[in-house]
Order: sequence, then structure tokens, then C-alpha cells
Amino acid sequence: MVNVHVNGQERTYAGDPTMPLMWFLRDELGLTGTKFGCGVALCGACTVHLNGEAVRSCGVQMSDVAGKKVVTIEGLDPAGNHPVQVAWRNIGVPQCGYCQAGQIMQAAALLAKKPAPTDAEIASEMSGNLCRCGCYQRISAAVRAASKGA
Amino acid sequence: MTYHDNKTLVTISNVSRRGMLKGMVATGGLVLAAQIPGARAVLAYATGGDQMPNGVKTDPNLFLSIAKDGTVTIVAARAEMGTGAARTSLPMILADELDADWARCRIVQGEGDEKKYGNQDTDGSRSVRHWLQPLRQCGASARLMLEQAAAKRWGVDPSEVEAVHHEIVHKPSGRKIGYGDVAADAAALPVPTADKIRLKDPSAFRYIGKGNVPMVDLFDITTGRATYGQDVMRPGMKFAVIARSPVVGGSVVSFDATETMKVPGVEKVVKIEGTPAPAKFAPKAGVAVIAKNTFAALKGREALKIVWDDGPNKSYDSVAYKAMLEQANQKPGKVERNEGDADKALASAAKVITREYYVPHLAHATMEPPAATAQLTGGKLEVWAPLQSPGGARDDIAKKLGLAEGDVTVHNTLLGGGFGRKSKCDFAIEAALLAKETGGAPVKVVWTREDDLQHGYYHTVTADRFEAGLDASNKVVAWRQRSSSPSILSTFAPDPKHPFFIEMGLGLVDAPFDIPNLRVETGEAEAHTRIGWFRSVNNIPHAFSTQSFIAEIAHELGRDPKDLLLELIGPPRIVDLTKQVTTPYWNNGEPADSYPIDTGRLRHVVELAAQRAGWGRQLPKGRGLGIAAHRSFVSYVATVVEVEVDSKGKLSVPRIDTAIDCGFAVNPERISSQLEGAAVMGLTLARYGAITYKSGRVEQSNFNDYQLARIDESPTETRVHVVPHGIATPAAGVGEPGVPPLAPALCNAIFAATGKRLRSLPIGNQLA
Repeated sequence: MVNVHVNGQERTYAGDPTMPLMWFLRDELGLTGTKFGCGVALCGACTVHLNGEAVRSCGVQMSDVAGKKVVTIEGLDPAGNHPVQVAWRNIGVPQCGYCQAGQIMQAAALLAKKPAPTDAEIASEMSGNLCRCGCYQRISAAVRAASKGA
Repeated sequence: MTYHDNKTLVTISNVSRRGMLKGMVATGGLVLAAQIPGARAVLAYATGGDQMPNGVKTDPNLFLSIAKDGTVTIVAARAEMGTGAARTSLPMILADELDADWARCRIVQGEGDEKKYGNQDTDGSRSVRHWLQPLRQCGASARLMLEQAAAKRWGVDPSEVEAVHHEIVHKPSGRKIGYGDVAADAAALPVPTADKIRLKDPSAFRYIGKGNVPMVDLFDITTGRATYGQDVMRPGMKFAVIARSPVVGGSVVSFDATETMKVPGVEKVVKIEGTPAPAKFAPKAGVAVIAKNTFAALKGREALKIVWDDGPNKSYDSVAYKAMLEQANQKPGKVERNEGDADKALASAAKVITREYYVPHLAHATMEPPAATAQLTGGKLEVWAPLQSPGGARDDIAKKLGLAEGDVTVHNTLLGGGFGRKSKCDFAIEAALLAKETGGAPVKVVWTREDDLQHGYYHTVTADRFEAGLDASNKVVAWRQRSSSPSILSTFAPDPKHPFFIEMGLGLVDAPFDIPNLRVETGEAEAHTRIGWFRSVNNIPHAFSTQSFIAEIAHELGRDPKDLLLELIGPPRIVDLTKQVTTPYWNNGEPADSYPIDTGRLRHVVELAAQRAGWGRQLPKGRGLGIAAHRSFVSYVATVVEVEVDSKGKLSVPRIDTAIDCGFAVNPERISSQLEGAAVMGLTLARYGAITYKSGRVEQSNFNDYQLARIDESPTETRVHVVPHGIATPAAGVGEPGVPPLAPALCNAIFAATGKRLRSLPIGNQLA
């Protein structure tokens, strides 16, 4: 039995302890904002915050999250107005949008840790998140904007 | 062709609200119906829209309803895969012609049904190109009916009223009434004929051409609420994954699911039969594992023991195949275009330059791997999936299951990227087949990244060989191109072993060069995998080879590559290929009078990109500029790439300048977005893109060995320059034409920076 806080709610899980957190969020809780992209922590589409750190939820097993706090894109801000989300909208970052929740979670964790990152730090911190549509130029711009208060 | 028929007959009739936009129209709302077969009276120019299966529709009832509170509901019938065309730009066109307030419009997604909505196949960069005029007509028809209803209510002459931004104004008195207040009256009026319809003057546009409308799904995307095919959740849903034949055309000899059935959560194992080539979108042979959740299904699949018969393609080997393609180009091939006498001119040339180029198979690798959900209850099937062609998918699914089309409902989700992959509905057919196995429960087929990369419909593999003959004054007087690549048509029909007319019109026979002796030939190439459309298709290899070759000739002659490019394009003129090509020229399905090959426009984008990039400027050591230009999807794009290559061969791209002439720019903001993205996709395919085969099997499996460009290696700055045009210049393609010039411009820039010429993609470690 695994107890885990997800977006402020206590959740319990009694299944296979090797199940990745990503499938628990998606299939068991229906929190589909956390996307399935590669399953091997190479694309970042499934990025969530685990005790405040950005992690790839496909690479974290349920047995590893007992007693921990998970925040998904659905829980980042109750009104969807986290400065990163606002900056993303102001700059019109997305195309298809599929990777964007993971990008936003990664960017939010970066800014929580480092409120005014340099361009090189943004590129480095965001380099684990793939975008096949190629929205990178706007992602960089949006992280910069959010760091300045959107 | 019927483009120039005088089809002006318009029959518009009142329809009852019953059955119209079911469940969406608030009581008292307006529903308009118009049957307008041609309606040329209000269309300024012909497009190929009418020639697409099920054509375009100009019936506002299909796409529009107005509720009593004034809410305007617009149906998006095409697929939204990230261009913003389907759910933002097209509804925005209708809303603007209606003079509606965009803030009071909502968008709903139409189901897959082409008889109802017209063509829904969202590819070929066609959405805005084909639907700008029909949707303007829809909006203008509805606006006129609202005006007439208000005039009647006030007892004034209709000429005294005007719809202005969600209100109808009585001009002499200044009285106003909202759209919602007269919507019901409007529905009861006789509807106007097309000759009464008045399109807005472009100066009155609020949204069209402005780029001021954010993507409809922007909020949902940034909050995780947007629903893609992978995200579909239905009550009681089962989850399935499929072990598919590793070789195209293979079959299941036998399988043992004993261990699979021991995995907690696994409920059922089902064999899926393959279909011999040409299989179109019929699924590959495989064994499906149905479970309570995705993880259990994945674990169950790992435990399967399957004996495969690899079938006829088991020896497909990319190294051997490349050699075979190059060999085919050594001898005369099938003549596809001929002008003058290239053989004779080459034989008598003062100098002949010969080069060969190669572009391998590519996978779309949409960030959302394919996925589909299906439920079969009482003989009726519902499908939820991310489909570029939801109407076509409905037909294919119905046929495969032996159901009537009317018994299949296809709900289209958002697409987490398409790029041509989701034009193929194989994954939805898989879900439909499994829906027969779950006792009425919905079942979602989840594709993993490995499934996506190993069981796709790949971009073709191409070898191009060129010979250019120069006269004594170093002028190019002869040009012979030989090209070999397996055809997409092999997926749909017996393998022609040569490109068919559509592929030839994607950058092979339509290079608009001013060379007196020009010949294009194709060699024989049999397909051994499933070939499919990939964003900009054959334009990728042909633009790469052609635009690289021109830069190579320029280098041989000690000339500026941009100057030679312009010289070969020649003076501004309309190029007529009719007498040169052996198969009628396709022109992307567009009539030549609306969308000619105009070398003046191609020249202009070359000059514009060069000027904005500061072509010719001095650069530090290790930096270089490259240029390439290409007409595709009836748009013209030129790209200048600036690269830096350090002493260890590390490549970076500080800047890209892309100029596009896509006719009238309906949504300039999304055009920029598309071209910024095309730069990254072009960079990715040039640096990394390769799907390779050994023993019939794809060698790549995930993003470790099928890499995509990441943010820290992408262009630092992509500047997009859109050539301005009025609405009289037909809107042309945007989604795809940005991709083809990127790879050759990049490789030309690398040559300028390093002196190293790259003729075989991907670049990989060739710079190390």
C-alpha cells in the first residue's frame, strides 16, 4: 500500500509497486495533463513535481513516492495562472500542445529554484524536454518573461 | 476539370432545427441552411478544394449556430494538430465575415463525416487554402440573414441596417439589436440567393490577416485540460497494447500467452490478422494484450512468446538498399520531364559536374504516440482518436468491421502532432477490432514510442544524381537528374516501383529552372516497408539535393551561390510544364491560373531572405551562411541559415531568416509559428533523421537512437518574413513549405563555414 499526496489530496495505491507514477496519475487518477511521450525519461512530456523537484514521472516507481508530495500540471495553480502559464499564453508558445504541460512543469521548477536564470541556464534546464513542433524559441522567451514576472 | 463551370445556381432553403447541430443550439437559436453547389458568384478564384473527395461546403448550417444569448457556435470539422488552422484560423474566418465578436464565439469539434462537412483530410497544407473562400461565404450568408431579420422587426428597408460586431445597427436612427435577439427571426426568413451576399471589404476585417486571435485551445493546453487521443478515458475502459510483426508483411505463426495471463490485470489476449500488401491502413499482424491498465498490458506484452513468419520483406537492409538506389541512378531511367536534349548537351558540354545525394527514411515521431479508443455496443461503434482524416477513418473502420458508415461515429480529439502519421488510421482500426473482444467495454489501444518508431508509415528513402553541363562561358546549359525512391503509392496499390504523379509534383519535375536542356528520369525502386506522407514529403530530398547541387556548381565556378540560384531560376515568368512532363503536372491539386509557378515570386523570397539575413556579410572563422529556396504546396520559401562549427565539429545555429510568400496571409502569427517550427524540424532531420532497416526490422527504438533537436541545439533565433499580399492573391500552403529549404540551407552554410560538403543525410557525426 502506497500513500501519496497528489495536488494536495491524499491518495492510496495497492497495485504493482513497480508501476511508474505516470501510469498511476493517468490511468488510475485520470490526471491526463501528465503526458506519455517515451516511457524512458528521454522526452520530459510526463514531468511533474515530486517534493518540489521536476521529475519524469515515467521513471519513478510507485514504491518510491510513498509519503511524498506530487504536483501535476492540474495542481500547479488552481486558476491556471501560474506566471509560467501566463507567460506561455502571452507569447503563444504551443503548437500541438502535447509536450507543453511537461515544459511548463520543468520551467516552473526551474524558476522556483532560480528566479532569474541566464539564457544558457534556461537552455540547459529545458534541454530534457522535447518539442517535435519546434516551439523552442518561444519556450525560451516565455521562461525569460516568466522570470521577469510575465 | 470543372473549375470554370458557371455553377452559380444557389438554392437556399429554410430548414427546421430538428436534427441540426444536435444538442448544441439553444432554444430560439438561428440555424441556417444553404445548398450551394458552386456559388462562384462570390468566389474570387478557383482552388482545388472542389476536386478533393467530398469537396468543400458553403452551407453555414453545417458550421454555425447562434444562441439566444448571442453565443456563436462554430464547428471545426478538420483536424487540429498544431497549426492552429482547424480550430482557430478557419473558425476565425467565418466569425469575421459574420462580423461576430470572437470573444462570444465557441468552437466545437465536428465528428468524422465527409458527406456532411466536405473534405476533412487535414494534410497537404490545404486547410486555409481551400476553406478561406467557402467559410467567408458561410459567414456572409448568415450576416445577411441577421440583417434582414432586424430590418423586418423594425419595419425598415434592409439597406438601412448593417451588422456590426455582434449587433445589427439601423443606420439612420442608430438603433441596435444583438445577434442573439434576432437569431430566431432570421431562421424563419426566406434565405438570400448568392447574388445578394456581400463579402466584407478587407479593410473591415477584425481578425482575418491580423494575427490577433490566440489559439482556441491555449488555456486548456497550458493547464493540462486539453484532451488528446492518448488521454481519452471512458467509464469501464480497458487498456491494450499490441505486439506487432517486426517486419512489414509478416504474420503470427503461433503464440503462447501463458505467462502473459499470469500478469495481474491482464484480461485477454487477442490475435490480429495482417493484410497482404497493398494493405492501405489495415493493421499489421500482431497479438494484443487487453488489461485493466496500460502498465499491466505492457507487462503482459513483454511476457508473450510469439513465433513470427517474417514474410517477403525480411531481408530489407538500408545499407544494401542505398547502394541499389545509387546503382539505379547510374543508368537511364523512365523519363518524367524533358526539355531540349540534355543527353546531347551533356555530351558536348565544356565541363560536366556530377553529384549524388541521399536522404533516408524518416519517422514522424509525433510527441503523442498514436492511440485510439473504441466501443462497440448494439452493433454501433464509437471511436475517439487523433485523426488527420476523421471522415476517411470512419469509412475505413466501417469497411474493416463490416458495419454501415452510419453505425460508426468518429470523435476527433486534439492531435499531439500529426505530420502525416495520423493521416493513417491503422491504430483506430486496431481499437475497433479490439472493441469486438471486450463485451461492450471501451478499449484504448496505446502505442508506445517504440511502437511508433518501429511500426510507422515512413518518409520514403531517396537517392538523387545530377549532371550539369556547362558551356565555354560557364553557363549551365544542360541538367539531368536521376532520382530513385520507393513510392507512397505502394501502400495503397500494387507497387509502381516509380514515383507516381503526385510525388513527381513534390519537387522532382517542377524545379522552375531556366535551363534549355533539362531532363528528369526515375529509376526502379521497390518498397519493402510502409511508405507514408511525412510533412512536406518528397520535397525534402529533392530540395536538399537540388539546392545543395546549385551551391556546389557555384563553388566550382567561384560564384556566389545566391547569384547562381537566381540565374538558374531565371527571369520572372510563369512556367508552364504542360509540354515538358510525361505525366500531367499535379500542381498540388490547384488550378494553374490561381496558383501558377511564378519565378518572380520565387526570386523575390530569395532576395528578401538574403537581404534580411545580411547575405554577404563578413563572418568570423567557423561561421557561414547558406541559402536555399523551394516552391512547395504552392507557396514560395527561401531560407538563409547561419551556422557555427567549432574546432571539434560541434554545430550550432545562431540564426535563421526565412521568407515565405504564401499569398494572402490569413493568420500571420501562426504562419510565423509554423515556420519557426519548420526550422527545428528541418534541423532535426538534417542532423539526426534516419530510420534504418536490418533483416527487415527498424533498428531505432526511442529518442536515444532516433534523436530530435533539443532546445540547446536549436536555432537561437528564427526570423520569419512574410511577403504581404491582399486577399486577391490566393492563400497558399503554410504547414509544410517551411521544411524543405532548411536542410540544404544548413548544409550550404556548413560548407561555407568549414569547406566540408555533406551529401548524405543525416549529418550525424560527419563533422567530427
